[in-house]
Amino acid sequence: MPKKRVAIVGTGQTYHKSHRPDVNGQELINEAVKRALQDADLTIKDIDAVVIGNMDHFEGINYVDCWSVDGSGGIMKPVIKLTTGGTTGSTLAIGGYQLVASGFFEKVLIIGWEKNSESDTTGAITTAFDPVWDRLVFAGAISGLAAEAQAYMAKYGATEKDAARVSVRDRKHACNNPHAQLRREITIEDVLASPMLADPIHLLDVCPRTDGACAVIMANEDCAGKITAVPDWIWATANRHKYTYLGDVNWGELDSLAGASREIYAKAGIREPKKEIDVIELYQPYSFAGIIWIEDLGIAERGKGAEYIWSGATDMGGELPINPSGGVIACNPIGATGLIRCAEAALQVMGKAEARQVPDVNFAISTGFGGCMWSDMLLHGKRKPDF
Amino acid sequence: MIDIFADVEPMVFKSGINVPYSWWAGETAERFFLALRDDKKIMGTGCSICEKVFVPPRKVCPLCFQENMAWVEVSSEGVLESFTIVERQLASLPRKAPVIFGLIRLDGADTSILHYIEDADHTDIKIGMRVAAKFSDERSGSMHDIDCFRPVR
Repeated sequence: MPKKRVAIVGTGQTYHKSHRPDVNGQELINEAVKRALQDADLTIKDIDAVVIGNMDHFEGINYVDCWSVDGSGGIMKPVIKLTTGGTTGSTLAIGGYQLVASGFFEKVLIIGWEKNSESDTTGAITTAFDPVWDRLVFAGAISGLAAEAQAYMAKYGATEKDAARVSVRDRKHACNNPHAQLRREITIEDVLASPMLADPIHLLDVCPRTDGACAVIMANEDCAGKITAVPDWIWATANRHKYTYLGDVNWGELDSLAGASREIYAKAGIREPKKEIDVIELYQPYSFAGIIWIEDLGIAERGKGAEYIWSGATDMGGELPINPSGGVIACNPIGATGLIRCAEAALQVMGKAEARQVPDVNFAISTGFGGCMWSDMLLHGKRKPDF
Repeated sequence: MIDIFADVEPMVFKSGINVPYSWWAGETAERFFLALRDDKKIMGTGCSICEKVFVPPRKVCPLCFQENMAWVEVSSEGVLESFTIVERQLASLPRKAPVIFGLIRLDGADTSILHYIEDADHTDIKIGMRVAAKFSDERSGSMHDIDCFRPVR
């Protein structure tokens, strides 16, 4: 059990773009940190510890905790680096939460960042796969997702058009978000006509590569209410890993997300997630996941994910809007991506989401996903948790 | 919108750092690769508690977390669990696109192995179809000792 209850009291994001030649890594980080401090009306002196992370190999800089202090403000403070692949950003949020919840630190600055444009993303991601068994045959991130989509389609008869509907939703939502990289609407026809990368995934079904950073400040219950009138309380966090080799996965279902969500629902006493959750920021790197993973979350029944998407329930104004920010398909600075989901969920709870605000948010979910089919999840609430 | 890049002349510094690695396969993987190289046999390990057979073989059962694993030979034929057809050539892709990645659960195994599917009409590939290993003529003790899997006709 947490010793202290924890809330997000400020968030900051950069101008996310495919290339940011105008800043180096430290300066990009600083842009997000400055905005988070401004948002919380704090100074760097108020921060007790820094948690920072990005993807291994993406910039070829290994001691990021040390190298980044000019930008992070971590000089002469405790700084740790966390990196867990695609889930890096959500792991940062969970790690930061645990540091504050433990009672050891009052206010923690959490930073996720990536300059995706500085290396070969596919080559770097390939280093996530086992060198003896999988890597001799396999490369990149997309093919594993394609295997998931194929398995799901074979089982439940979903189509490429169903998936395209998810891309159309997220790209439409992104137009409301000044931080999203891709802010142009697309149609189902556009998705289906875009180049096939790995069957059944088209170019417009997947996330882009982005340069960007995100910073989040978490504070404990002794000071959160003094910093901001409406803190975003973290009710629960969960994390699940399952996988050694590609052939071990239960393809077509995301067991790790199902497990993480059940832990969260049990902790918070949520019985009907579809009714009790008001908005979800889903780490959804490709469109098919928008159908499959809402089933793992218990939002739609098995095989009914596509039907739920087509009903419009997950669009802005629907019963349970998903990705008001435009999500990962519209913007993906990988080490920051999971933390952006967390920051966006916080904005929804705090009522600061501007043009992308969902009305009356009491509970929000943010998730993280790693290419080897693992999951992170956080539950955010307007009310201070009972435990 | 303000163009924040207006006064920026992009400068980059290139690096060609080359960090060579060599990975020890370990005794468990070694036994698998020797059987594959010398006898064209595919071996897995079975857990004495959950009775699942793992290919690739494990020294410790990942589910029961115990070391009492017995070696068993599995078939070189099995079922296609999932697949994708990769259309784009990537520098890190060892074969020429289009390439078909398949996840194959061999008869007698509870997990799948990843390999190429070849000699198959792209429109005929279906999850659930039976495929068989084609062994390489020259084998050196790696996953490439299996050249690919082909549909059983």
